[in-house]
Amino acid sequence: MSEDQLYFFYDLFQYLLNGICQGSIYALIALGYTMVYGIIKLINFAHGEFYMIGAFTGYYCIKSGMPLLYAFPIAMLFSGIMAVIVEKLAYKPIRHAGRIPALITALGVSFFFQYFGQMVLGAAPKPFPETYEDYNLLEKFGITEIIFTKTQAIIIVSTVVLMLFLRWLVMSTKVGKAMRATSFNKDASELMGINTDRIISFTFFIGASMAGAAGVLVGIYYNTIDPMMGLIPGLKAFIAAVLGGIGIIPGAVLGGLVLGVVENLVVGFWESTYRDVVSFGILILILLVKPTGLLGTKSKEKV
Amino acid sequence: MTYKNFLFLIFLLPQLSLGAKANAKDIILGAVFPMTGPIATYGQESVNGMKLALKKINLKGVRGKKIRLIIEDNKGEPVESANAVRKLISVDDVLAIIGSVASSNTLAGAPIAQSAKVPMLTPASTNEQITKTGKYLSRTCFTDAFQGEVMAKFAYNSLNKRTAAVIVDLSSDYSKGLAQIFRKKFKAMGGTIIDKNFAYNQKDTDFRTLLRKVSRKKPDVIFVPGYYQEVGLILRQARSMGIEMPFIGGDGWHSDSLQQLAGAKGIKNNFYSSHFSPDDTDPAVQDFVKEYVAAYGSKPGAMAALGYDGLMVMADALKRSKSLNREDLQKAIASTKNFKGITGVITLDAQRNARKSAVVLETTPEGNVFREKISP
Repeated sequence: MSEDQLYFFYDLFQYLLNGICQGSIYALIALGYTMVYGIIKLINFAHGEFYMIGAFTGYYCIKSGMPLLYAFPIAMLFSGIMAVIVEKLAYKPIRHAGRIPALITALGVSFFFQYFGQMVLGAAPKPFPETYEDYNLLEKFGITEIIFTKTQAIIIVSTVVLMLFLRWLVMSTKVGKAMRATSFNKDASELMGINTDRIISFTFFIGASMAGAAGVLVGIYYNTIDPMMGLIPGLKAFIAAVLGGIGIIPGAVLGGLVLGVVENLVVGFWESTYRDVVSFGILILILLVKPTGLLGTKSKEKV
Repeated sequence: MTYKNFLFLIFLLPQLSLGAKANAKDIILGAVFPMTGPIATYGQESVNGMKLALKKINLKGVRGKKIRLIIEDNKGEPVESANAVRKLISVDDVLAIIGSVASSNTLAGAPIAQSAKVPMLTPASTNEQITKTGKYLSRTCFTDAFQGEVMAKFAYNSLNKRTAAVIVDLSSDYSKGLAQIFRKKFKAMGGTIIDKNFAYNQKDTDFRTLLRKVSRKKPDVIFVPGYYQEVGLILRQARSMGIEMPFIGGDGWHSDSLQQLAGAKGIKNNFYSSHFSPDDTDPAVQDFVKEYVAAYGSKPGAMAALGYDGLMVMADALKRSKSLNREDLQKAIASTKNFKGITGVITLDAQRNARKSAVVLETTPEGNVFREKISP
């Protein structure tokens, strides 16, 4: 193999790796979108803001001297609690008013958090504190052409752990069963004695805590957080959720990873400026060709 | 709107304008700056500097009047800037406008000020196009052409580099302007520019793949004329990937956050051009630094000094102006000559751009160190 070809494979592998990391973050955020949509058919556009809240909670925890291992669950918990409060105050009262009012409320909540955040936390981006020295894990094996850092490993491992946990929660617990039942038919579940209000709140909680986890991971990966940080990743995660099939949990993961990898391949082999063009192009394309998403089955109702 | 509400509004209108006339003794100036948003620190610093200048000016007053400043937040966005300029002209009826910081923002407001014939003076926007908008636009800082030239000279002569790569922030006119001039000057001196487009957009956070592409081309030096928020991340990610060549840039790098964003490893061995260094030993600069620290508790950055000079030049023009109408004021601004400011001696040329020297700073973990002064 010539050197050029060899480097092509090195590059390809590196871009895939970078893509999987970015995709993991998208996937974690997309999970919340898809779960909330699955259960009450609401596109929760404020979802990106829970990611921001998670990042800031992690930031203040670590700043106050807490180790990353504690800051992580606290950030998840706080994001989740905020989501439940938002659900109770903003979404529940208008749940029966139809989907458009709920969508607009979600946009309002999103703006509220973005601008309230700028007021309270300050608009300037904050550097996320470093808790450990980052280095290339592959250097030990004598590989310097490909870089796979400790942070990237942490991102991938935590994403996998969280997904397995979520899968277990939804498929093997009583709450999970209730969630699936509520999603399938809310009225029937209620008649069967399921407290659907509580299940809906719980779904918001889980979804937002996943986003909160993504927020902390992004904090340690990019080292910068700001109150507007939820906007673009929120939209990207929405694309990921639609790409995989909105309402389908494995679809969100698949969509996130595909989007992350595609974006990095576009930047690497083509032009970085086409990255967002391609991502939003994917959204339009999937809505035109297969609105139910990659893993979706046919249904009468279309997004 | 119901009929009743409409009547109520009609009732209200004359009273509102009366309220404005009651304060007509003051000279009312408008200011458009990003007080929130991604480049908020620029706006806040500029306004801090301007407030210091305002206090000084109002001690004596101008033509027996006080200056009142109406500050509008443009959130760092061009659309908001245009709205803010329109509001200052049509609602507040300001005599002149100072602003803004980022060139894209200033460019969005410039045509509105020009067509309303309201003098607009930018203290910090370096893009060439701004003063080309029309004769009501002027600036008290140097231009991109000069900054690009300074960094090309610096890279070629002082750092002794021969091959450069340029990474552009595509969402910024400022970045594109600087990149274009740098390319031209560096080539003219005999250097090589890697002929490939490397670009990103504001608010991007992942540069690993882009940086890998750049380093594959093996440049000696990388010119990144972006803003500190992205530059900080670029520096950090580059060094963590083992890219060791120096990065150089323009005044968009200037921020206290750059050190923290880039990290100790990322910040070393990079250079940028700026308007001002608080380490300058000039007594006027040191006096300003002292006053600023006393008022705000931190050292002033370039934006604070530029904001200060901008308002001072405006006050000077108000004093020299034949009358307090906008046309005379604009003539007075354009004829500013040898004004001793904090950021250098300011003379506006025929295109209403300031001619003055630039400083090159080296970024180190301890702060930015004054490296050399390059004159036009």
